[in-house]
Amino acid sequence: MDLLWDGVRGAFRLLIELDPEVWQVVALTLVVSGLATLVSTAIGVAIGSFLALARFPGRRLALALVNTGMGLPPVAVGLLVAVLLWRSGPLGALGLIYTPAAMVIAQAIIALPIVTGFTAAAVQALPAGLRLQVLALGASRWQALWLLLREARLSLLAAVMAGFGAAISEVGASLMVGGNIEGRTRVLTTAIVLETGRGNFDLAIALSLLLLTLVFAVNLLLTLVQQRRPS
Amino acid sequence: MAGQQRPHDDAGVPVKLALRDVLVLRGGRPVLSVPALDVRRGEVLAVLGPNGAGKSTLLRVMALLERPTRGQVLWEGRPLEGDPLPYRRRMAVVFQEPLLLDMTVEANVRLGLALRGLPRREQRRRAARWLERLGVAHLARRPARQLSGGEAQRVSLARALALDPEVLLLDEPFASLDAPMQQELLEELERLLRETGATAVLVTHDRAHALRLGQRVAVLMDGRLRQVGPPESVFAQPADAEVARFLGVENVLPGQVVSRQEGLVQVRVGPHLLWAVADEDGPSGRVWACVRPEHIVLAPLGSGEEPGSARNRLPGVVVRLAAAGPGQQVRVDLDCGFPLVAYVTVASAEHLGLAPGTGVVASFKAHALHLLPR
Repeated sequence: MDLLWDGVRGAFRLLIELDPEVWQVVALTLVVSGLATLVSTAIGVAIGSFLALARFPGRRLALALVNTGMGLPPVAVGLLVAVLLWRSGPLGALGLIYTPAAMVIAQAIIALPIVTGFTAAAVQALPAGLRLQVLALGASRWQALWLLLREARLSLLAAVMAGFGAAISEVGASLMVGGNIEGRTRVLTTAIVLETGRGNFDLAIALSLLLLTLVFAVNLLLTLVQQRRPS
Repeated sequence: MAGQQRPHDDAGVPVKLALRDVLVLRGGRPVLSVPALDVRRGEVLAVLGPNGAGKSTLLRVMALLERPTRGQVLWEGRPLEGDPLPYRRRMAVVFQEPLLLDMTVEANVRLGLALRGLPRREQRRRAARWLERLGVAHLARRPARQLSGGEAQRVSLARALALDPEVLLLDEPFASLDAPMQQELLEELERLLRETGATAVLVTHDRAHALRLGQRVAVLMDGRLRQVGPPESVFAQPADAEVARFLGVENVLPGQVVSRQEGLVQVRVGPHLLWAVADEDGPSGRVWACVRPEHIVLAPLGSGEEPGSARNRLPGVVVRLAAAGPGQQVRVDLDCGFPLVAYVTVASAEHLGLAPGTGVVASFKAHALHLLPR
């Protein structure tokens, strides 16, 4: 397979040459998906622990919806966000369409059910009496929540990794709400689609390798944090 | 200058924690219904009942971890309303499972103190002291996840006692341990409760544990409080047949070991000296002397019909006769200077001419008397 081999060779040349354009794309990818992960973690851990701990009618339905949301098609999310942010749309006045902010919103929506679902499962998997024990030790409601999340921290980091993975790897939504504008909203996945379409396989492969490396590096970091022994 | 009126119960003892008209419904079904229950300051109240009787629910209500459907929890006579946190912080709970958090043993023991915002030095000092007292100081730096069941339950006890609670609530704290470990921790807990003079509630299904630790026993069955009183009266006069069946009717008499020789122990019970068989390391000092009613033989006063080998012979008067459950058994309530219950067959009751007021001699072997520490 000459095509693949040429692609890999070309890819390494590109990486070694440190093309500033490529690095800008990498940086934007990290910023957009990183922010989307942060946003979805903040909201998802809150909703997930609420669903796990609270008792209210419709709770199971809500959990089922969240679990369905884990398989949310990025294209559908992209369409929804695009319609909302469209210049004549309900949120058009914000002027966010075709900006990195729009991409953060779309990716956060895609990652949110994943973080929420994993969080709910993690908190529910804690020993049944732990919450009462923590309250009995004199914890306020917030202290108790903090201690329970701390107990579930390994699973919560897994939730963050899964959310980040979903955000950084999706392409449909970023394309639709970001527009893949060079120097402004081009991220690794949208660039790969573009270059593949143009027949620039070496560049597409180089970008794919970069994307994989990036995902690996972030997950390695989180795994190292996760596997640290208790202090 | 009106000093705060301290609530007292009928016996004039200050009440620390009380339940009034408490009702807990689950799925519309009552699981706990307690019109009134007092925990007196400085006492150990044992709540005894079979599994599923609502004991844990009762404890959670007392610990302010579960709001009853109806009714009130009183703290020193005042109804608790609003945020229960300040009162929860004056109590501690030990559950059946140790439920340690994923941190070091020391951090676990410090946790409750940290939640209360105590200075770090004080946290460390108290944690060290209680780990030491429970014999687990050498485990302080270990991750709590690595402990054995017995070690973990010791740490859980240390964690509760380090809080210096005004009320200590114990929910079957030994049920998940094997028998020798239970015995060991029971002795330890008994000593600690005595030394600290803490007010405590022990929930258990094991009557030996209740007798051992409880100064008063409350019997809970089917979510209802059937009987509350000193162990000897609860065991001697069960409120009804169901309670009697659960407790296993037995004479439980408060006594004092006075001497010990060649495997025999002499125990003073009321006006009498009784003999029991016990090992060297058997209980001493204050004890419960227990004898099952079917092990007691009755004979007419001064008839010489007394069985030769029985060491314990007590003259007494018949107070009451009643048919005792199925079979040809008659329950005879005697007054021998203390209440004593004996079972005899219908035939021997007739033969002896038993009736209220009859004088008899109750006898039983030293083997039939077993001693529990009190």
